[in-house]
Amino acid sequence: MRDEGGVSIWFFIGISLLVNGILITGAGVWEVLHPPAHPTVMLFHLHANVWWGAILLVIGLIYCLQFAPGHKNS
Amino acid sequence: MLPLLTYVSTKLVQLSAVDFAIIVFYFALVLGIGFYLRGRANTAEDFFMAGREMTAWVAGLSFLSANLGALELMGWAGSAYQYGILATHWYWIGAIPAMLFLALVMMPFYYISKTHSVPGYLKLRFGEPSRALSAVSFAFMTVLMSGVNMFAMAKVMQIVLGWDINFSIWVSSLTVGVYVALGGLRSAIFNEVLQFFLIWAGALLIPILGLYEAGGWTNLKLQIAQRASDQYVHLWSTLGSFTTNPMGINWFGIVFGLGAVISMGYWTTDFLVVQRILSAKDIRSAEMAPIIGAGFKMFVPIIVILPGLLGLAVLPMKLTGESTAATMGLHSYNDVLPLMLARYCGPGLLGLGVTALIAGFMSGMAGNVSAFTTVWTYDIYRPLINSKGSDHHYVNMGRWTTVVGVLISIGTAYLVMQFASIMDYVQALFSFFIAPLFGTVVLGMLWKRATGPGGFWGLLLGTASSISMWAWVKVDPTALRYVALSPNAKALAQDMFQALWSFLVCVIVTVVVSLATRPKPDAELAGLVMGLTEIPSVGNLPFYEKPLFWAGVVAVIFVVLNIIFW
Repeated sequence: MRDEGGVSIWFFIGISLLVNGILITGAGVWEVLHPPAHPTVMLFHLHANVWWGAILLVIGLIYCLQFAPGHKNS
Repeated sequence: MLPLLTYVSTKLVQLSAVDFAIIVFYFALVLGIGFYLRGRANTAEDFFMAGREMTAWVAGLSFLSANLGALELMGWAGSAYQYGILATHWYWIGAIPAMLFLALVMMPFYYISKTHSVPGYLKLRFGEPSRALSAVSFAFMTVLMSGVNMFAMAKVMQIVLGWDINFSIWVSSLTVGVYVALGGLRSAIFNEVLQFFLIWAGALLIPILGLYEAGGWTNLKLQIAQRASDQYVHLWSTLGSFTTNPMGINWFGIVFGLGAVISMGYWTTDFLVVQRILSAKDIRSAEMAPIIGAGFKMFVPIIVILPGLLGLAVLPMKLTGESTAATMGLHSYNDVLPLMLARYCGPGLLGLGVTALIAGFMSGMAGNVSAFTTVWTYDIYRPLINSKGSDHHYVNMGRWTTVVGVLISIGTAYLVMQFASIMDYVQALFSFFIAPLFGTVVLGMLWKRATGPGGFWGLLLGTASSISMWAWVKVDPTALRYVALSPNAKALAQDMFQALWSFLVCVIVTVVVSLATRPKPDAELAGLVMGLTEIPSVGNLPFYEKPLFWAGVVAVIFVVLNIIFW
């Protein structure tokens, strides 16, 4: 659904996922580089924030590119 | 002056700077969408109906998101911990058949009649008294429910994050008020779709990591059977009697009370959700939207029920009811989702999870506020107070009503803070109207002989019977054996059977009164009743683009899922 002559709703969603993905992946990479002495979460060794953040980042990037204002699919 | 971010020692999780950044970004984005869309809400059709130009996907996701509130997420996760997989019935038989029925049977009449609301349909079909009764009760209950949910959400934020209750109430509700007042229903819908994505992004990791820790579904079932009971992992096989399952209910109550009445009432006549479908751009989109919603609804248990079940297996502590938890200093069932969030989610993910809860609350509140605004303006203010206003006047009325609705909700939240028992009464009151309203609307759509007086008295006496049964059990708890047909029935069974009886009272009264009063001429019922309405075709489409095909696909998956988890 596109606001006439404006921005697609999917673009807003892309922005949201992209920014969240960047922040979460960044936090995860920081934890990998500076691991806490006593992790407070279970399954810390899986580094969920790295790969989950990366998934959000990629999906967000695809949405942003696909539905950017002016793009033919937007 | 509002106290900012005061902390208490009982909070479950500790947020980091990146978590706060994610939450702040979310608030900035939803407000930004509201400001961006303010120029697209200049006419009443734009403000109240989003211009009736939503695609099936947007209307469908918004339809689902308006129902996917934070209390829904945490409440049903808690119920899954307390009652096991039986809680899934509220997502499957308690939703899917009703959503498909809305799409294929009822939506054409709502859409063809071009009504702005469910009370508006009652006006066209049964006359002004039925509309007034329905509109006033809906408007009143909607803002009260909004306030109750707001307080409950603020309480959760206090327990989970240590946030001050006043801060949570004012910041979240004013944010909703601003973006709905600026952009109307379009802004609410845009944000609901965004919130839908955030809820999934923030909550889906819990079942993924939980299943990893538990060793898969088969091992999870074994652990639950050891720690609780084998009854907790069966959907239907324990429903032969009230005493063989943790919920104290039987299959008859689930199928007929929940599946045939309560869910039908909620998903087909509660204007909070139906309004999203009315904004669809054409008849095909209006029919596809609930089907898309149903497709996603079937999988919501992954992020709601599964975390509750996982909590049973992996959490080291035993959760209890609210009152015991408060007096003993333990965690309650409703804490299971935040506890699971804290168990697996580190910096960043925690912020996203908390944002999912906030987004859930805000989508539910925006749904309440936008529905209240439309019903007040179209079904109360315009017909009863000022019928000669300009289009611009009604848009302004809508904006101001949004602000007033939010303020009444805030007032209700503070009232609940002072008198906690109000919460139980308001939640019970809301349920009084749903089942009889479904009886009135469905008879109006399917039976041309139903008359205006029949519809009005059926709705009124159906509602009165529901209130009477509730009061009877309140005064004399042993009456539950009569209302729910068994002395072993529990509270949830009462809701199911109370809804079933009030629906039957509504139908019987409507039929009897209708047969005793003069019917409307067929010409006046065209476009409102089955048999007198030509349903427009969705177009000459290939079978895989037709709503009926996709409803069939959803129905097959629904049946298969119930068999798998039998």
